[in-house]
Amino acid sequence: MEFKDYYKILGVERGASADELKRAYRKLARQYHPDVSKAADAEARFKEMKEAYEVLKDPEKRAAYDQYGKDWQSGQDFRPPPGDARGFGNRDSGFGERVDPGEFSEFFEAMFGRARGGGDPRAHAGRGAFRAAGQPIDARIRIPLTDAYHGATRQLSLDIPRLGDDGRMRTERRSLNVKIPRGVTAGQRIRLEGQGAPGIGGGAAGDLFLQVEFEPHPVFRAQGRDIHVRLPIAPWEAALGRTVQAPTLGGWVELKIPTGPAGRKSLRLKGRGLPGKVAGDQFVELEVVVPSASGAARSLYEQLEKDSSIDVRADIKDLVK
Amino acid sequence: MTSPRSIEAVLLDEDLTFTLVEISEMCEVPETVVLEMVHEGVVDPIGPSPAEWRFHGEALTRARRAVRLVRDLELNWAGTALVLDLLDELERRSGAV
Repeated sequence: MEFKDYYKILGVERGASADELKRAYRKLARQYHPDVSKAADAEARFKEMKEAYEVLKDPEKRAAYDQYGKDWQSGQDFRPPPGDARGFGNRDSGFGERVDPGEFSEFFEAMFGRARGGGDPRAHAGRGAFRAAGQPIDARIRIPLTDAYHGATRQLSLDIPRLGDDGRMRTERRSLNVKIPRGVTAGQRIRLEGQGAPGIGGGAAGDLFLQVEFEPHPVFRAQGRDIHVRLPIAPWEAALGRTVQAPTLGGWVELKIPTGPAGRKSLRLKGRGLPGKVAGDQFVELEVVVPSASGAARSLYEQLEKDSSIDVRADIKDLVK
Repeated sequence: MTSPRSIEAVLLDEDLTFTLVEISEMCEVPETVVLEMVHEGVVDPIGPSPAEWRFHGEALTRARRAVRLVRDLELNWAGTALVLDLLDELERRSGAV
């Protein structure tokens, strides 16, 4: 396994004081907390810094880490010390700073043993007294917008922490076919009952919560249940109020361009957004595209220039002296 | 790999409600912590008394997020409520989450 340089992860010197460690951790934690950050690697980074801080804030663990870790460089192949430092104890410290099993790296486990509770859960289980519900698990699922519109089944692979027969936490790869409900929006959570971590000693399994994200679509952009589309139109389509084809998630529709001042206009197609109790709308932003004037088009533009008496800048002329 | 069976996912929206006990179980905190969250305005239940409270699916999402923020960043509940409101506003403005 790779050696982890906890000081480097927190961006502090080896001799950093408890105060400096706390400051560095707090700053990074605010930046990378998965509930706050939009960075793609936020979850992994946060996990890593939480582990680093968990060790370095505890004087005993820090001393053990400094002692065994002084000869290793970050990323180097690490062999756990004989005996190991597990005597330094991982306590379940209550709500304020709970440590989840399976949350920390293999490296951490090799140094300090399992992350939760000093005792062996099997011992409790043997007495028939210890029973615990499995933990809920949070994950993200990225789906195409069309899945949210039509509903779909997506395959998802997840690492689920599980208590092994030897009493140590390890992760297990699990594959699920998830039925995506129709009309789900980005940022919403969906719940899969009993698909989280398995319970201990016959306890019920936890739930799995998936936060939905949309893959970027080249044409459609979702805002809640509403869909936004930019539709290029020609100047004559705008001026003459022609009917053009416009894409929606449900397929192409005919759209009558309103006449009047052209330019950037937004049209609303009621109920053409993502489905729901109240379906979203689709907003079509018209974008007049001016084709290059060459050949026959050029003489038509010139004709237009000669005949037209409209001053397109009339609106702003009075506004700027 | 054999094809796993399909699992129905439930959308945590306004149509789904939970009791105080259910919320506390799914947030992995004692009921007193949920009471505190309600008093500090982190989540709003419907109903007159804790025994009759019903929380929307979205409140569960918000409560779980709040518990993680309080635990990991050592915020207080009032600060967490503010953070969640600001994050919601940010997400609403940016359009895509």
